[in-house]
Amino acid sequence: MTDAAYSSWGRLPGHEGPARVLRPAQRADARPEARDVSWLAYGCGRSYGDVPRNDGGGLIDTAALDRFIAFDAGTGVIECEPGVQLGDILRLGVPAGWFLPVTPGTQFVTIAGALANDVHGKNHHVAGTFGAHVAAFDLWRSDVGEIHCRADNAHRDLFAATIGGLGLTGLITRVQLRLKRIPGPFMDVETIRFETLADFFALSANSADSHEYTVAWVDCSARGNRLGRGWFMRANHLSGLAQPRQRPRGPGPSVFATPPFSLVNRATLGPLNSLYFHRRARRRDRAASHYQPYFYPLDAVRHWNRVYGPRGFYQYQCVVPPGDAPAVIAELLERIAAAGQGSFLSVLKIFGDIPSPGLLSFPRPGATLALDFPNRGAETTQLLDALDSVVRAADGAVYPAKDARMAPEAFRQFFPRWPQFADQIDPAFSSTFWRRIAGEHA
Amino acid sequence: MSNIVIIGATSAIAERAARRFAERGDALYLVARRADKLAPIAEDLKVRGASQAGTHTMDADDLDAHGAMLDAAVDALGVIDQVLVAYGTLPDQQACEADPASAVAAWHTNAVSPIALVTAIANRLEAQGHGLIAVIGSVAGDRGRASNYVYGSAKAGLAAFLDGLRHRLADTDIDILTIKPGLVDTPMTAEIDKGPLFADAERVGRDIVTAMDKRRAEIYTPGFWRLIMAIIRMVPRPVFHRTKL
Ligand SMILES: Cc1cc2nc3c(=O)[nH]c(=O)nc-3n(C[C@H](O)[C@H](O)[C@H](O)COP(=O)(O)OP(=O)(O)OC[C@H]3O[C@@H](n4cnc5c(N)ncnc54)[C@H](O)[C@@H]3O)c2cc1C
Ligand SMILES: NC(=O)c1ccc[n+]([C@@H]2O[C@H](COP(=O)([O-])OP(=O)(O)OC[C@H]3O[C@@H](n4cnc5c(N)ncnc54)[C@H](OP(=O)(O)O)[C@@H]3O)[C@@H](O)[C@H]2O)c1
Repeated sequence: MTDAAYSSWGRLPGHEGPARVLRPAQRADARPEARDVSWLAYGCGRSYGDVPRNDGGGLIDTAALDRFIAFDAGTGVIECEPGVQLGDILRLGVPAGWFLPVTPGTQFVTIAGALANDVHGKNHHVAGTFGAHVAAFDLWRSDVGEIHCRADNAHRDLFAATIGGLGLTGLITRVQLRLKRIPGPFMDVETIRFETLADFFALSANSADSHEYTVAWVDCSARGNRLGRGWFMRANHLSGLAQPRQRPRGPGPSVFATPPFSLVNRATLGPLNSLYFHRRARRRDRAASHYQPYFYPLDAVRHWNRVYGPRGFYQYQCVVPPGDAPAVIAELLERIAAAGQGSFLSVLKIFGDIPSPGLLSFPRPGATLALDFPNRGAETTQLLDALDSVVRAADGAVYPAKDARMAPEAFRQFFPRWPQFADQIDPAFSSTFWRRIAGEHA
Repeated sequence: MSNIVIIGATSAIAERAARRFAERGDALYLVARRADKLAPIAEDLKVRGASQAGTHTMDADDLDAHGAMLDAAVDALGVIDQVLVAYGTLPDQQACEADPASAVAAWHTNAVSPIALVTAIANRLEAQGHGLIAVIGSVAGDRGRASNYVYGSAKAGLAAFLDGLRHRLADTDIDILTIKPGLVDTPMTAEIDKGPLFADAERVGRDIVTAMDKRRAEIYTPGFWRLIMAIIRMVPRPVFHRTKL
């Protein structure tokens, strides 16, 4: 019933797990001394694949390093330890009128984990990535000890390598983040149904200037003239005067046990998607929503990842350049639907052109598609390899935070600055992901 | 808003309780033996909303230091409304069996020191006319068991002391709370393999704050330990001796 400790969100089976785990109670103790194993920091394990894993090596569990250091309610600059979760920052910031500058679709991630994957949110087109709002951080390295890295001057190389650096450049021990002003906790959310991919691209273009947050859900089981149908969601923070007085709901349900097989399968995939597509009678809807259900709908169901059963699942997220995006996304969706794979949680979004600060940052201009695939063994990995080929031909990229299987050659093409990055890796740090990707260079 | 003194403020359990106090704006005075460990905790509690988070360094084993600490707490807070006594050590049972000095040291930290401290605090609160003293004991005090009876007996002595003190103060406005955690995943239990009976410090901290708010006399946290310990106390000795508890 309980999941193996220190697994990742995709719950793919067959991992050896870490040989050693450090659980420092304070940041001064977060210094792995042993050199007979490699080390890697572990946040909440909300990455889907092997990025937060160090099988046979050592993990530094940062859960207890979750203290705030300073918060200036005038400027919105917050400083904290690496294991502080985004939800904790919101609990402190929102009542004072401050919000995360960028947030992923779950608040159960650590600030250092968000930094190390340079995560993005529904406001990428106006805010860029998480790392773009990081003012500074402290990094502990096995070779030089603790150093202070800033966006503007000190250790600029290590700053760029650590943002999106997958935990390989050392242990982040402190982060300084700039929050953004909001008028209150509520959102003004508009939901619009679209029937074709062309409509999605048009809606995205039309909403880019008017809406801070845009994202779409697509029906990945639809083919032919229904291909690319879905719901477009765009939102802004609701202005101060319009804020309702409703209180947010308490904790929601939990998937207590892992079912013996995936509840998302060939029999349920089509109906689930169709049901969702037809969930509302109105093609267009506008409502006020508290930020919690708007940004974190999945957080309401704890351990939702267990619905995929004991074999776990893959998530696949890619980005393709803007020029060919409509055709390439159509091809990806067609292949997924034809294979009868995919799942219910398929997301499409247009990234803007704000440069990402990290050497290995994933976000870049274009259209990004993210979806889950229940693990059906070779059948699934073959489909994902085929998707990789389409993405490579289009000169796109696949997101390491979600990955558990891309080929080393694919990674090197997607992240051409990897040799510069490799120079900055801490000699005592490694990960299962990095050994898989870099092979003999690891 | 209350004025709360926490002694053993670097304990993982105490820190979780302290965060709840801070979030509602309580004024805190934090006492621990390591200043370097205490400073980041005090900083955090201030950011979370504590209206004050003064600190004081004291080794609780040094009984002569208790008075000066209480004077300093009164200087910082004015009135002390509540006290949470959280420090403790989990001694190596084998070492305590082999070496009487180890057993005595474990008793000193887990029984003698808190008894001395709580006596002094109770007298001050009595003079002031109101207050609450919450002390972390342990389920281990409910029955002596081969695996940790030195620690358990110290917690048992402390619990009986608190029972008596509560009796003594029954018609005053001073409340005494005995907190009996079960197994909690904290640095104290770092060496022990974690099974399903382990609770996290967050849960236990929350239970402590609720019990203090409700002015309870005794709690088990998580609550199911009350039943487990009732059963363990009832097991007849011949059967008990065949177990490895
Ligand atoms: C429901 C859900 C929705 C999501 N939505 C999005 C989304 O919209 N956008 C997006 O970008 N991502 C999204 N993600 C992915 C998630 O945001 C990232 O994987 C995030 O980085 C996870 O953070 P974590 O704290 O769990 O880190 P982990 O997964 O534990 O670790 C991630 C990386 O950070 C490193 N790391 C952690 N702590 C430190 C430290 N102290 N020092 C150095 N390195 C460290 C680890 O070594 C590892 O390489 C989503 C995930 C889920 C489960
Ligand atoms: N964890 C469990 O399973 C469990 C179960 C039942 C009861 N308890 C009780 O819960 C309380 C808190 O423990 P915890 O689990 O939170 O463990 P913890 O994090 O290890 O806390 C123990 C605390 O006691 C302090 N301490 C020990 N000796 C001291 C001394 N001589 N002077 C001052 N402080 C001293 C320690 O200070 P340093 O930080 O300086 O070391 C530490 O802050 C203890 O009373 C313990 O007996 C724990």
